[in-house]
Parts: sequence; structure tokens; C-alpha cells
Amino acid sequence: MAHQAVEQYDHLHDLVFIAIQPRGVFVGQKIAGIIQGLFPNEKIQYGVLDITFYRDDIRKELHTANETHIPFSIENKRVVLIDDVLYTGRTIRAALDALQDFGRPRKVELCVLIDRRFKRELPIQADYFGRAIDTHDSQKVKVNPETEEVLLY
Amino acid sequence: MQLSTKHLLGIKELEPADISLILQTAAQFKEVLQRPIKKVPSLRDITIVNLFYENSTRTRISFELAEKRLSADTINFSASGSSVSKGETLLDTVNNILSMKVDMVVMRHSASGAPHFLAKHLPNTGIINAGDGINEHPTQALLDAFSIMEKTGGLEGKKVVLIGDIMHSRVALSNIYLLKKMGAEVMVAGPPTLIPKHIREALGVEVSYNVGEALRWCDVANVLRIQLERQNQVLFSSLREYNLAFGISRRLLDSIKKDIVIMHPGPINRGVEIDSDVADGRESIILQQVENGVAVRMAVLYLLAGKKSEAS
Repeated sequence: MAHQAVEQYDHLHDLVFIAIQPRGVFVGQKIAGIIQGLFPNEKIQYGVLDITFYRDDIRKELHTANETHIPFSIENKRVVLIDDVLYTGRTIRAALDALQDFGRPRKVELCVLIDRRFKRELPIQADYFGRAIDTHDSQKVKVNPETEEVLLY
Repeated sequence: MQLSTKHLLGIKELEPADISLILQTAAQFKEVLQRPIKKVPSLRDITIVNLFYENSTRTRISFELAEKRLSADTINFSASGSSVSKGETLLDTVNNILSMKVDMVVMRHSASGAPHFLAKHLPNTGIINAGDGINEHPTQALLDAFSIMEKTGGLEGKKVVLIGDIMHSRVALSNIYLLKKMGAEVMVAGPPTLIPKHIREALGVEVSYNVGEALRWCDVANVLRIQLERQNQVLFSSLREYNLAFGISRRLLDSIKKDIVIMHPGPINRGVEIDSDVADGRESIILQQVENGVAVRMAVLYLLAGKKSEAS
């Protein structure tokens, strides 16, 4: 995925990576680490974004907010959003809203480790994904950051 | 994580976990306030009325900004110029406003317990106390705590002194409850006439009648306003004498040879409880307190709005 995300580019000037809190962060760190290795002479721009205040279900369930840290401008940049699992697409919808409050990126792409196909509730698709899986609604998918295992239960 | 309560009536009613959750959420809102667009859509579907039966600058503006930054709709009400002067009761006024589909009430009132009274009669409306008489001012204590944590790294084990009119101060009472719950040590200092007699036993705080001694003891000094409107009660002989005996002057501060943090909830009486060169000095975080107030109030409104819908 990391290679796919940068394959058409020979520098990182206009490219920024933003992981979605909380569970996109370990995927993001990993990807940022690999890409930094590919461009040892450049500093990768990597940030984390919390979307709690942009959720469409805050009247149903209250989530605890996490840190947002984007120490660079996203104006006119190509933004690669990173999360662990793409399911209904609602988190990404919130993330797109949140991103707007930081500026107007030239392009936003989505990179997820796991794509739960056919479960989308919004017209949102990933540009890069690690693996696509088919699941029932009743099943839960979780990625364990320590072992990097994908758990289905 | 959720608050254990549907209203914010006072710090007395909060659990330590509630206080931690509010302060932690406030830190995230503080980041929101640094963004190019300082606004989130969280409370887009919520209407909030700000009922101010007593004058206010900071608290009122701070609440209103917090509501707007959360995208809530707001209505402002002040007792002067309303039907209160025609004799309408508090409950009637609020019920009339609520019938126009208002979700939450932020209220300041000169009567202690007024928000508790409303909460009892309107259990399904989120009520936030913005200061009630001489009882509590919970959001002020929360923003004071947030500012102390930001400046010194934590509350646990910190020594905080509240200086001045403890007797009539809702800021003092809320601060004492909060700091004690979060494991800080608290002292009150000032003239004996302005410190309740049994406060040591009742609230578990240290008492000092010597401001120099209190400053040497503390890490943080929160200087309270001398309430000039209570001057006719002759609790001290003159403002000048108060300033000489209990005011925080540059010379006093320099004489203790220790770095302490100076706070004040505003409005300041310059040259009475605090001198200008201290209020504007390097130890002072008075303006940071005001800045943090918006983030802390956003956290309170956000967490209570989530709680409110749960009931409905």
C-alpha cells in the first residue's frame, strides 16, 4: 500500500499522510515509516486526525475524543487518509468534513488496511487497500496492532 | 465514556471521573480553537438559551462563543428588559422558553440553588449553572483546573491558595470542591471577616490570615475579587487598607523567592486585591484562563448534549 501510494511521485513536497484516530494510527505510523525509508532525504509530513466532533451519531453514542495533531498546512496538498478498516464509510465522511476545516486539499485519497466490501452506507471507496473481505453485518472486524492479525468474530 | 450527570449544577455533584473527562475533552477542543476554521458541527441540532439574571462579561461571552463554535443555535436572555420586570416567575419564564423547543439552559442567577430548583422541575432539559448566588460557579473551577494543569502539568499534590473574599465567592467554593476531589492541597487566605469560621472542618482546607505566609506555602495563588458591592457590610475598613494587608504586590511576590502561578477569575480590581504589575506580570495566567474558558465550556456542553438525547 505504501508503495502504491507514492509510486507516481519522485518527491514528497505536496504529499501529506493523515491517520484517523484512534485505530488508523498504527497503520499510519507503519506506512509513514516505510515511505520515509523510500525517501531518506525528505521529511515525511504525517499527522493524526480525530473525528469525534464530526460524527453523525453523537446523539446515539458519545465517544471520547482523541488528540488531533496536524503540524503542517494541507492547502493544495495531496492528502492520503489512512484508517484500519473501511466499513460503512461514515467515519471517512466525518474525516472529509474535518479535513475541510484545515484547508482545501488538492486531492484526497483513502488508504485502508481492510476493506469490508459491500457494506458501505455512503458512496465512499478506498484508493489503496491491503485486503478486501466479505462479512456478515453481525460480524466484527478488528485489527490487532501488536500482532497485526485481523480478527473476525 | 460519559458523564454521570445530566446537568452541571455544581462541582459538588460531580465524580472525579467526570472532572477528568471534561478536562480531557477540553484539551481536544482547545486544539479545535487553534485551527483555521475554529468550529465543529457537533451540536448542530441543539438550541441553547443563555439566561442571565445577573451581570456578566466573561462567562456570558465565553458560553456564547463555546455554543457557536459547536454550531449550536443560541438565544440570549437577560433579566433587564424582559418580562421578569413585569413579575414573571423563573419557572414560568423557563417553561415558556422551553415550549419553543429549546434543549439546554445555561443560567446565572443571584439566588443560590436556582439551577437546582430548575433541574428538579425540568429533569429532561440539560441545565448548566453559570454561577448561582454565593453557591457555585462550576465552569470557572473547571477552567481554573484546566489552566493549572496546562501550566504545571497536573493537579494531584499541587498546593493551591485562594486569596480574598472566600465567604461570598462561588468561585472559591467550586474551586475547593474540585481541587479536593482531584487530590490537590487547598488553603484559603484573607481577612478573618471574609473567611467562614468552620471552613477548615467543613471542607478540609488550610486557613491562613497572612497572605505572605500563604504565598510561601503554595504553587498556585488564585486571587479572588473583592466584591465592592458588598462594601456597606463593613467587613474591612477600607480598600486601601485591604490592599496593604492582603493585596498581592510586586514587592511581596518578589520577597518570597519562589516561582508561583498567579490566577484571577476576573473582573480585576486593580490596586485592591492585586496590583497591576502582578496582574500583567510573568507569573500571571489570567488571560490564558479566559482563553481556556471557551474550550472547557465547549467540553461541558458537548458532553451534556450527548447525555440529554440519551434520555429522550
